[in-house]
Amino acid sequence: MMFDGLDALLLARIQFAFTVSFHFFFPAFTIGLASYLAVLEGLWLKTGKPLYLDLFKYWVKIFAITFAMGVVSGIVMSYQFGTNWSVFSDIAGPVIGPLMAYEVLTAFFLEAGFLGVMLFGMNKVGRKLHFAATLMVALGTFVSAFWILSVNSWMQTPVGYEIGANGQYLPGESWLAIIFNPSFPYRLVHTVLAAYLTTAFVVGGVGAYHLLKTRENLHARKMFSMAMWMAAIVAPIQIFAGDMHGLNTMEHQPQKVMAMEGHYESHPDGAPLYLFGIPNDEEQRLDYALGIPKLSSLILKHDLDAPVDGLDTIPDDEQPPVFLVFWAFRIMIAIGLGMMAIGMWSLLARWRGKLYEWTWLHRAALVMGPSGFLAVLCGWITTEVGRQPYVIYGMLRTADAASPLEAPAVGASLLAFILVYFSVFGAGVWYILHLMHKAPHVGELGAKRGDTGPIRTAGFTPGPTQNPGHAETLPGSKEEVD
Amino acid sequence: MDLTTIWAFIIAFAVFAYVVMDGFDLGIGILFPTFDPGRERDRAMNSIAPVWDGNETWLVLGGGGLFAAFPLAYAVILPATYPLISAMLLGLVFRGVAFEYRWRDPSHRRLWDFAFTGGSLVAAMAQGMTLGALLQGIEVSGRSYAGSWWDWLTPYTLLTGLGTVAGYALLGATWLIWKLDGEGQAHARKLALRAAVATLALMGAVSIYNVLLNAEYAARWLTAPEIYFAAPVPIITAIVAISLLRAVRKERNSKPFWLSLLLFFFGMAGLGVTIWPFVIPPDVTIWDAAAPERSQVFMLVGVAITMPLIIAYTAWAYWVFRGKVEDEGYH
Ligand code: HDD
Ligand code: HEM
Ligand code: HEM
Repeated sequence: MMFDGLDALLLARIQFAFTVSFHFFFPAFTIGLASYLAVLEGLWLKTGKPLYLDLFKYWVKIFAITFAMGVVSGIVMSYQFGTNWSVFSDIAGPVIGPLMAYEVLTAFFLEAGFLGVMLFGMNKVGRKLHFAATLMVALGTFVSAFWILSVNSWMQTPVGYEIGANGQYLPGESWLAIIFNPSFPYRLVHTVLAAYLTTAFVVGGVGAYHLLKTRENLHARKMFSMAMWMAAIVAPIQIFAGDMHGLNTMEHQPQKVMAMEGHYESHPDGAPLYLFGIPNDEEQRLDYALGIPKLSSLILKHDLDAPVDGLDTIPDDEQPPVFLVFWAFRIMIAIGLGMMAIGMWSLLARWRGKLYEWTWLHRAALVMGPSGFLAVLCGWITTEVGRQPYVIYGMLRTADAASPLEAPAVGASLLAFILVYFSVFGAGVWYILHLMHKAPHVGELGAKRGDTGPIRTAGFTPGPTQNPGHAETLPGSKEEVD
Repeated sequence: MDLTTIWAFIIAFAVFAYVVMDGFDLGIGILFPTFDPGRERDRAMNSIAPVWDGNETWLVLGGGGLFAAFPLAYAVILPATYPLISAMLLGLVFRGVAFEYRWRDPSHRRLWDFAFTGGSLVAAMAQGMTLGALLQGIEVSGRSYAGSWWDWLTPYTLLTGLGTVAGYALLGATWLIWKLDGEGQAHARKLALRAAVATLALMGAVSIYNVLLNAEYAARWLTAPEIYFAAPVPIITAIVAISLLRAVRKERNSKPFWLSLLLFFFGMAGLGVTIWPFVIPPDVTIWDAAAPERSQVFMLVGVAITMPLIIAYTAWAYWVFRGKVEDEGYH
């Protein structure tokens, strides 16, 4: 068979990395978008301006598709632990299983229960209740992130457990110690901010795209302006949070930071910050290194001459693979700095009254539109690959956690996942891009409409004729009211 | 009752809730091609569009609950049924996205309708076969699965798979009797009759197979004192089945659906009697596989607090979309 040459462990790792990376793209967007929709609907209720309702309806269609993809890829994840990591599931189940069960009980049901009303219930339940449903969906996405990140963080910084006679990890006295394990607060803050930033840049990118087509489009202006506020405020906070996260990692997982920094050797009096280099695990050195002397010591220890240990202090079989960690980390940082730059640029434009005029800003925002997804992916690669060779850091090796499966079984299912994910989610992304390509306009239709789409008659949609003044200012989008 | 038994009932409840709720969603998917591509299909799909996600969440609770309360069972059953689980997950991917995609892309609507049906069928078949694979027994050594990766494929599992497909089709058809009117409803009635007959035949076949081929199961059903507890189950099932057929014939509105639920309930109760107290027959009992008390207590608190709320807002969501599917308003 075609998979005979490969070992089941490697295939299982690829399968897990592939499915979870795909899954995470969707929450990275829906966590932010659900909150954005709640803000839009809240503003609409407060101000009564139809513009906000139009924006809500514009984005809710995109949300519905993304959410569906997030749900189906998430269900795959909840079974991946058992199918591919059964040894891990058996011995860590008593500790992390309950956290994941709480996620189902407090988050997934909440999202799913109110999603139907949020998407299709506007005419059935009235505005206030509908707003409440939107809030519940947004809350659900956050609670979901809370629990699953707690699980992941416990695997990074395990505390509060006892080892049972049968080799299982058993919960200790306090569940709070397990939930709020040392790396969890940092990871939660950093990841939720990442989701907000990812969404802000998608919204900003779409706004910029339509501003480049018609500068007068009021809907595009509003989107762009809101997104740029987020960029200007949240990007600096994210960088600060990331720095704190890194310091926390240094305390609990020093070899991960060594890999992130490319420090193969120890630096007794001040370590350089490497901007470039090709990690060479074999020779244990950074080839073609280009660095700024002592800067790493300044960042990590807040002292130019502080000594910094390198991977030479770590036995070879406990080192993570450096190349992926080193480069993923750099890409994430570059994007973070880029996001902050856009935010600052937009502040300048705003201050000059040129937010909707500076086309170079719009072009840059358009290019940065998808950057959040790349940053999120790179962040996770840093975190997860940097934890290797362990699944439960310092305790359980990845190699000892896998299911007793034959390579052809894992290989065949991996192939099926790859084919299905690329075609199905590829189509979904295509539909989303298609929706984004259409300009937001007065009288947006709701979440779902077929060509039989009855929403046309729905009472809540302000038709263009009801808002003549509003529609007038929208030359670019009038003909699009279908 | 000890904590482990309580947890076994909670998991059984989650599985039952999943089977009947996503059962009618998947059943509609299975029956989809028999509906007219136009308005009938739109309405059939709209009758579940606002609730399918919530229905599917019970599957996550079943799986997640098993992971948390019986980690050993989760760690053995999933590798043992690996290809089935993978097929089910992929089927659910196609089924789930079809709800959105078919409206987004009218020129490929046929394709996504096909994905909807194919995904539903594969998921239903895989679920039924997983159940069969569990009932026929799984080889365990130490704390892990010891069989090969094709053990799950037997005539018996094919039978349980088909039974599940037929049962889901029955749930879907009776749900549509309730939610549709006019021609769509008449069509659903026809489908319900056929699905009911198929379901009953397959349920019977599976039961006979259980008793004939497995001495342990036979002992459970056919000797005293167990027989006093076990005997009513098939009798009640027969009564429910007859009322169901009559309700469909008499053109009742929601009654066929409720009776189908009841049929499933007794079917599952029968399976419960068969398998108890094993979570992985023939060797691993629920107590062997149970998580420690601290984990069970912690989760039980969560279930006690959240489950009433979940049931309340789920019921509310169904209430919002009550009545016949209208052409207006859903989109
Ligand atoms: C939009 C997304 C995004 C952006 C702009 C950044 N990050 Fe990040 N980063 C993430 C998204 C992310 C993430 C996906 O959320 C990760 C993966 C796991 C985690 O805890 O957060 C992450 C992980 C992560 C880690 C690894 C923590 C560990 O050991 O597990 C560090 C040290 C940083 N980040 C630091 C930064 C710094 C200093 C940034 C600013 C320049 C930065 N990140 C920008
Ligand atoms: C919070 C939930 C998560 C948990 C519990 C988790 C857990 C795991 C586990 C058990 C592995 C197996 C070790 C291995 O395959 O080598 C792994 C690997 C991996 N995960 Fe995560 N993960 C989570 C989230 C993520 C996310 C969101 C991403 C990316 C977007 C990600 C990216 C990866 C990658 C790339 C690997 C492969 C690492 C390697 O093979 O060296 N993980 N993770
Ligand atoms: C390996 C780890 C993970 C597993 C097992 C998992 C499991 C799931 C499941 C089963 C669903 C579907 C819920 C439903 O039926 O409604 C889901 C959706 C979701 N997950 Fe994950 N997940 C993982 C990683 C993550 C991470 C790292 C995050 C965020 C930080 C996340 C956030 C969400 C959110 C917000 C949803 C709602 C749907 C969406 O927004 O796309 N998940 N996940």
